[in-house]
Parts: sequence; C-alpha cells; structure tokens
Amino acid sequence: MPVQLHYEKCRLTAFLSGEIDHHSAAALRGQIDQSMMKLHPPTLVLDFGEVSFMDSSAVGLVMGRYKQLCAYGGELEAVNLSPVAYRMMQLSGLQALARLKPKTPSELGAEKEKTYV
Amino acid sequence: MKHTLINQVKLEMDSRSVNEGFARAAVSAFAAQLDPTVEELTDIKTAVSEAVTNCIVHAYPDTRGKITLWVRVYGDGLVRILVKDRGCGIADIAKAREPLYSSLGEERAGLGFAVMESFMDKLSVRSRAGAGTSVTLEKRIKGRAQ
Ligand SMILES: Nc1ncnc2c1ncn2[C@@H]1O[C@H](COP(=O)(O)OP(=O)(O)O)[C@@H](O)[C@H]1O
Ligand SMILES: [Mg+2]
Repeated sequence: MPVQLHYEKCRLTAFLSGEIDHHSAAALRGQIDQSMMKLHPPTLVLDFGEVSFMDSSAVGLVMGRYKQLCAYGGELEAVNLSPVAYRMMQLSGLQALARLKPKTPSELGAEKEKTYV
Repeated sequence: MKHTLINQVKLEMDSRSVNEGFARAAVSAFAAQLDPTVEELTDIKTAVSEAVTNCIVHAYPDTRGKITLWVRVYGDGLVRILVKDRGCGIADIAKAREPLYSSLGEERAGLGFAVMESFMDKLSVRSRAGAGTSVTLEKRIKGRAQ
C-alpha cells in the first residue's frame, strides 16, 4: 500500500510512502481521490514523512488535489516535507495556496543516521 | 577548463513509466564512483527522473519509443548526463522551459525543467520538432571529501 488514509475530526490524512514519480503517482491519486469523493473532507493533509524520493510529479499530485479542494472550499496541508520536497513545492508557488510544513530539525537528524545505498 | 573522461556508460530503454525508477537508480549507482554526498545524489536522481519522465510522457505520447541515457564522469568530479529521445520534439524550447508551463495541464506541474535547472549546475536542451530532444545535465560533484 503506497498510501494509508485516515479520517478524523474533519481531516483526511494521506500518509504517503516510498518513491513518488509519474509512474507511482497514478495509483496514489486514484486512492486519495476515491476517499475525497466519499468524504469531501474540509481539510486534506498530505503527509510526506515516509517519502524516500519525489520528483515534480509529486508537486503535480498536490496541485491536482488542491484544485479539487478549491471546488468546494476545502483546505490543503502538506506536512513532514524533507528539505528537497519543500524546495520543490516552493518552486511551484504552493506556499501561497496551501499550508506547507517542513520536517523538524530533530526528525531530520534522525534521518541522517540511516544509511543510504 | 579541460575535463578528462574517466568512465562512461550508455543505456537504452523502452519508454515505459516503470523505467523512470530504473533510470534514476542506474545513474545514481554509476555516479557513486565520484563519492558524492547523499544530497548530491538526490539532486542527480531527481533531475534524471524529470528528463526521463518527459520522454515517456511528452516525446512519445501515444507510442512506445527508445530513450538513450549516456552518463560520463570526469577526473575533476564532473558528471554529464545525456537523455535523448527520437520523439515529437519541442517547437518552442524557451516556452517549454518556463516554470509552471505544461502542454499537458491537470496533473503535470510544469516544473520539470525548472527542477533540472535548479538541482544541477547546467541544463541544455536541443530539440527539433518531429525529430526528437536531447537534454544534457551537468553537475560538479564536490563529494564527501569536502
Ligand atoms: N522530451 C520531450 N519531448 C517533447 N516535449 C517535451 C519534452 N520534454 C519537455 N517537453 C515539453 O516541455 C514542457 C515542459 O516540461 P516540464 O517542465 O517537464 O513540465 P511537465 O512535464 O510537467 O509538462 C512539457 O509540457 C512538454 O510540452
Ligand atoms: Mg516534466
């Protein structure tokens, strides 16, 4: 499962994980949209905490959901963004449309301990 | 400045979206010989993912074509990556490179070229409508030594 969805107190949170590119985005989009259609959440939270890689397809995913939320006045948050993810979201101007929250320094510190291949 | 070529690899793949992940992993594995930092490798993977995705999504929209990757590493830490397709080509390169411009709307952010430009040191695009597109990405690896 590339995305876990959780609905509580008017907030639909999509916990994204793994690599987000054009290839994987289609399935993520399908699952998130299915939930959104059912619930029409006042707030959609996209949680990037477990995302190990993303390219601009992930920004497209965020912008696409933003447009849907706009249609009925919903709000968007993108949280636990890595520095790279944050930089990419800013290139798109999303900071003016959605609430963007980077990972905290302590979360980033813990990540540095991991070994990468 | 003269760059001395120390190693190179050429790959040819079908324009299938499952190859986006393969392409960036392959380039990243090859570039690892320059002892890059994790951040430098992420930049390279992201730029390659953008260039290869463009071949799949834009160059060959309704057909299956070939994508060529040519990675060269140089003695001074330079990595030069050519991503080439023989697809539809780009009529107006300046417009295509504008941030947020996409000919496909909806789910495309129009940020591919902007990301390649900001994550690499140099981006050059050559294209002819109907003949194909060549994207060259360059980055000087400073590496873990610094
Ligand atoms: N290899 C290619 N072949 C044909 N057209 C391309 C290619 N790469 C990019 N383009 C054109 O340039 C535009 C901008 O590309 P990009 O910045 O990656 O944004 P996006 O992929 O989100 O549309 C694309 O919408 C497309 O029209
Ligand atoms: Mg693109």
